[in-house]
Amino acid sequence: MKVLLLLLPILIGGVALRAQVGFERILKANEEPQNWLTYSGNLNGQRYSTLTQVTPANVKNLELAWVLQTRAPAEPTSKYEATSLVVDGILYTVQPPNVVVAVDAVSGRVFWTYAYQPSAASRPCCGRINRGLAILGHLLFMGTIDGNLVALDARDGHVVWNTPMGKPESGYSVTVAPLVVKNRVIAGTAGGEYGIRGSLSAFNATTGKEEWRFETVPGPGEKGHETWAAGGDAWKRGGGSIWTTGSYDPELNLIYWGIGNPGPDWNGDVRPGDNLYTSSVVALDADTGKLKWHFQFTPHDEYDFDSTQIPVLADLPWKGSVRRVLLFANRNGFFYVLDRKTGEYLLGKPFVKVTWTSGLDAKGRPIVAATPTPEGKLIYPENQGGTNWYNPSFSPRTGLFYVPSWMDTYATYFKRMDPYQEGSQYTGGGATHEIPAVRAGAVNRRAPELGYGAILAIEPKSGDVKWEFKMTDVTDSGVLSTATDLVFAGGREGYFYALDARTGAVLWKAMVGGQISAGPMTYMVGDKQYVSVPAGNAVFTFALRR
Amino acid sequence: MIRAFLFTCFAVALFAQEEHGYTTADIQSGGQRFLQNCASCHGPDGDAVPDANLSSGRFRRAVTDEDLLRIIRNGIPGTPMPPGNYSEAQARTIVAYLRSMGRAGTAGRVAGIAGDEGRGKTIVLGSGRCLNCHRVNGEGGFLGPDLNDVGSLRRKSDLERALVDPNAEIRVDNHTIRVVERDKKEVRARLLNQDTYRLQGIDNSGKLLTIPKDGLESFEVMKTSPMPSYKSRLSAQELADVVSYLTSLKVGIR
Repeated sequence: MKVLLLLLPILIGGVALRAQVGFERILKANEEPQNWLTYSGNLNGQRYSTLTQVTPANVKNLELAWVLQTRAPAEPTSKYEATSLVVDGILYTVQPPNVVVAVDAVSGRVFWTYAYQPSAASRPCCGRINRGLAILGHLLFMGTIDGNLVALDARDGHVVWNTPMGKPESGYSVTVAPLVVKNRVIAGTAGGEYGIRGSLSAFNATTGKEEWRFETVPGPGEKGHETWAAGGDAWKRGGGSIWTTGSYDPELNLIYWGIGNPGPDWNGDVRPGDNLYTSSVVALDADTGKLKWHFQFTPHDEYDFDSTQIPVLADLPWKGSVRRVLLFANRNGFFYVLDRKTGEYLLGKPFVKVTWTSGLDAKGRPIVAATPTPEGKLIYPENQGGTNWYNPSFSPRTGLFYVPSWMDTYATYFKRMDPYQEGSQYTGGGATHEIPAVRAGAVNRRAPELGYGAILAIEPKSGDVKWEFKMTDVTDSGVLSTATDLVFAGGREGYFYALDARTGAVLWKAMVGGQISAGPMTYMVGDKQYVSVPAGNAVFTFALRR
Repeated sequence: MIRAFLFTCFAVALFAQEEHGYTTADIQSGGQRFLQNCASCHGPDGDAVPDANLSSGRFRRAVTDEDLLRIIRNGIPGTPMPPGNYSEAQARTIVAYLRSMGRAGTAGRVAGIAGDEGRGKTIVLGSGRCLNCHRVNGEGGFLGPDLNDVGSLRRKSDLERALVDPNAEIRVDNHTIRVVERDKKEVRARLLNQDTYRLQGIDNSGKLLTIPKDGLESFEVMKTSPMPSYKSRLSAQELADVVSYLTSLKVGIR
């Protein structure tokens, strides 16, 4: 009895802890590295873990702890792209397209499954996928491929609210893992290949009611609208998708978000001007959604180089003082450093072969050298870009920025005139390339001159590549770095690697038998650290052999 | 390879396409599906149904790729065009192929010449020494593609081009690898798969090989075909005979 009484507060404490993930916990996620509370593990987008049990010395002893199998996707485009969350021993994941599963993080045994049924009208352009959940209190938040934002009770998976964000029959979808800031859930709409007009919105976490909205393509009277042809209505279908998660600086109270390409993708003739805020990163007031600054990587983008990358926040020594910067490896092939308070351009340097531009001017604006033509123009990099939605990582210990990259790839870009028809693709051309963008079989017979995949370690202050880990096939895998100087990543070949964060040397690898299209994450339960990543149609979780 | 690829790109660009572009592999796999499932009515060149000539890149009932997808999957009610039992991804490869049609000119040296299947067979199985690397009815080598069903898988114009200019287009499935081992021993095989550590292939004797890249003197995915050109080895009549025989090779079992 006495024992029971002693145990009671612990049990209650445990239950209470499990039920509540207040925003202060998310804000101080560094203080509980055993959990993984957001898409990037932290609001700064670094995907860096301070867990230290797995080290370069013992990583060779990593072995499979458990696998969570899913039903095989009906279509090859239903890739597993979600980053799992872990809260106090429970792992939450999203199987494609919108199936949420809560499992025991030690054993992989399922607590509950919630299978959202997307509308038959849904038509996500580039895969029936989801990139993960956000959590606040006892609610999980998920975007759906038919354009909704759904809140679920994390205890049993029942739906608490469901807010429509865009009409699926017009091509809207929500694939981004939402970001929680204070009491709001922030998510945006995708569908840039269907002539949508994108937006980023904040919803009251309790009620699902929209509290602010930032139009990624400004309308008449709004700042930035002048970058769309005067008097025209191209802006109404100007694209500007939200595909990936943003970051948050609590001291500046700013959120940072990458914005997708303009529509139509490959024919800019119908949309003269810079087409703000497409292919840009924006800094918004977290409480109002008001624009603080923007930086456009690819003005008047005609390559589908949307800025669907994770803005990574770091404080770095910069020419004699410490500067709050934003690191951004862009699909257009350039690595950028910006001042995240002002948006000032500090550095830009290509990390892959680039021929669409001859270089950047003093303010970071590209000097365009090649654009799509009706006959087709061969341009580097290929349409998937130097990198894409696969998350990078930054290690404050090594000071290196790790980027999954497609090296030396090219495509033939062409344009044509597409009539806009609601719900039909509106791309204005295409890019014929040798490497499949979203479909990939189990074999690779491509000739080596068609490019390869790599994990690059970039030094932010110079933009120089410090090391390169080469893979024969390309990679859609995200990267995780740890406080023990390990980097975890994979690729389409189905290998999951632990690399030395300082040299890029392979310290461990596992064959997981399917392509890795998600970002790895790590967590701890009891005295054991786990490293987990989806590959193929399953989640693979590793821990040290005892 | 690059030249052939560019040619493909150019042609695909002319015949508008959608989504995020198609890969050469999409077009090839769609071509195979087309020849297996559609060519019995539409003809291998897509021009056999007068009201529905698919070879021009323009379609009476379809503008966008989505229109084509719908027709391929649902058919056209009230016409002989039946619904096709394809996944969306499979149907999309057929769209990729339709968009690429018309790229290979149909008028070549053999145009207008009636080929003799029997004479063609004699050349393929005999003097042409095709079975050194190809197979027919289970006989022959594994370095080149099996010809047993080539009549269902390739158009006449493709076959002619492959005979006179084998390097014009080397399909993704037909890459040859040349491996030099430490002891200078040379291995040639058809590439089946590769990753960062290994090459997988099949040699001419039909042996499946896994070759670790580590420890090799060198390896390359060859940019040229090991097949010689038959341009000057065969007369126009003989070429027509060979094409005629190859076109007749259809096993019909899949």
